[in-house]
Amino acid sequence: MNALRKMTWVEFKLALREPIATFFTLVFPVLILFLFGSIYGNEPSEFLGGRGNVDNSVPGYIAMVIATTGMMSLPIGLATYRELGVLRRYRATPLRPQTLLGARIIVHTLISVLGSAVLIIAGVLLYDMVLPVNLPAIVLAFLLGSTSFLAVGFLLASVLPNANTATAVGMALLYPMLFLSGAGLPREILPDNLVKLGNFLPLTHVVELLKGVWYNNSWDFTSIAVIIGMTLVAGTVSVRMFRWE
Amino acid sequence: MNVIEVQNLRKEYGTTVAVDNISFNVEQGEIFCIVGPNGAGKSTTVESIMGLRRPDGGTIRVLGMDPQKEEQNLRQRIGIQLQQAALPERLKVWEALNLYSAFYNKTVPWEKLLDDWGLAEKRNSNFKNLSGGQKQRLFIALALLNDPELVFLDELTTGLDPQARRATWDAVRAIRDQGKTVVLVTHFMDEAEELADRIAIIDQGNIVALDTPQTLVQNLHADMRVRFTTSNGYDPQLLRQVSGVTDVEQRGKQVIVQGNGALLAHVATALAEHNITPTDLRVEQANLEDVFLALTGRSIRN
Repeated sequence: MNALRKMTWVEFKLALREPIATFFTLVFPVLILFLFGSIYGNEPSEFLGGRGNVDNSVPGYIAMVIATTGMMSLPIGLATYRELGVLRRYRATPLRPQTLLGARIIVHTLISVLGSAVLIIAGVLLYDMVLPVNLPAIVLAFLLGSTSFLAVGFLLASVLPNANTATAVGMALLYPMLFLSGAGLPREILPDNLVKLGNFLPLTHVVELLKGVWYNNSWDFTSIAVIIGMTLVAGTVSVRMFRWE
Repeated sequence: MNVIEVQNLRKEYGTTVAVDNISFNVEQGEIFCIVGPNGAGKSTTVESIMGLRRPDGGTIRVLGMDPQKEEQNLRQRIGIQLQQAALPERLKVWEALNLYSAFYNKTVPWEKLLDDWGLAEKRNSNFKNLSGGQKQRLFIALALLNDPELVFLDELTTGLDPQARRATWDAVRAIRDQGKTVVLVTHFMDEAEELADRIAIIDQGNIVALDTPQTLVQNLHADMRVRFTTSNGYDPQLLRQVSGVTDVEQRGKQVIVQGNGALLAHVATALAEHNITPTDLRVEQANLEDVFLALTGRSIRN
């Protein structure tokens, strides 16, 4: 337990010392919020189903934080550790792999929570954003989504050989998803065929789940099934394929 | 008492035989060196002993344990410094020691290790900003955190400058003097000669010799060489009559006398009788590099 506690604390400090990763999870989403907020404001709009632009976007931006953490920070971090020999050194101690992985899950979840909190505070203070109707429900939805993308991150870290490949593959998968899932742009502006394509992306289901729970506390069971399925499949495969070196 | 017992160890990677058939014991309190050229099977051998690799054949006992079956218990009692290992780049020195302390049931205070290994001034430095020597000292400190009975040091001085190497050698002796057993893996023959109580020379997956460095060199029965420079017209070929001399060679002003027995005394006496004052007089004895060459027919440096 002492090992998990110290490992978590150390990994948390290291995450904050990594300026680029911190920028993309803590700073970049709030810059996007300011950009579109300054263009469109937060007045209710027919086009967005009666919601203002900021109200309509923040759950998606939270999904963006979740996806960036899962598909960039986690796999790049672990692949770098493997490439440098950090994992090799850990393996020569009595440290159990689940302690390292557990610490990583806690730290990345915390960072995503921080990134989301910054977004919510900025949205409320600057744009009088609507808050979730049910706080415990949105926390649960957040954790489901976050866990599924951490599982995908472990899968990438397990199968990709080094940090460069992890960065390339993570970006190639992440960026189209950000545009097509409703995380970075409202899906309302996309043509029909891209909306249909977006239905096949895991991140779309995280966005839909967060939005449903945020506005109406309504749970989309297709999205829940996709998210839990993704967690189980990616988690199981990565446990089998994970290599220390 | 044997701290390590290895019998008929074998390890293959695909069709490559990394370790063919290796057996040896390591006794308590000694510095045991495993030397050989790169790719000889040294690291595979020690990594099998540490339980990091699963052997394809043979038996290994370390501190009475099977490394494959009692991995966790064994790691609690041994210290490991690995080739090609690292810490997170932005991890500070004190954080590394503090973190690794949490992995073990029993530890020595890490603050003392900071002082012992000259890292006190660097306690707040990031790992990536340490020099090669400082990184090595930190890895040694990490390997000693759990007050291990047995310490593995793999290619400890690769990449260090001569001064840092000397300091590291003193450090290894200090570990042994605390009563710990040290297994040192190296491809530097001078390092093995300097430190080892016993040496196993490994080549192509097998042990080709195992003994004290002195015995290995003595068993070679090699000639020693006396070299000096002289310039006043003395004909060094006269030295061929001196007792023990087997050959005399001239390279410009330098004279190289080969022979055995009390060669230096006899040569010096003969020169004095002719009123010759040699400058730059040196004696060269066979060393472990010669032993390796004699055993394998190849030089250890490729």
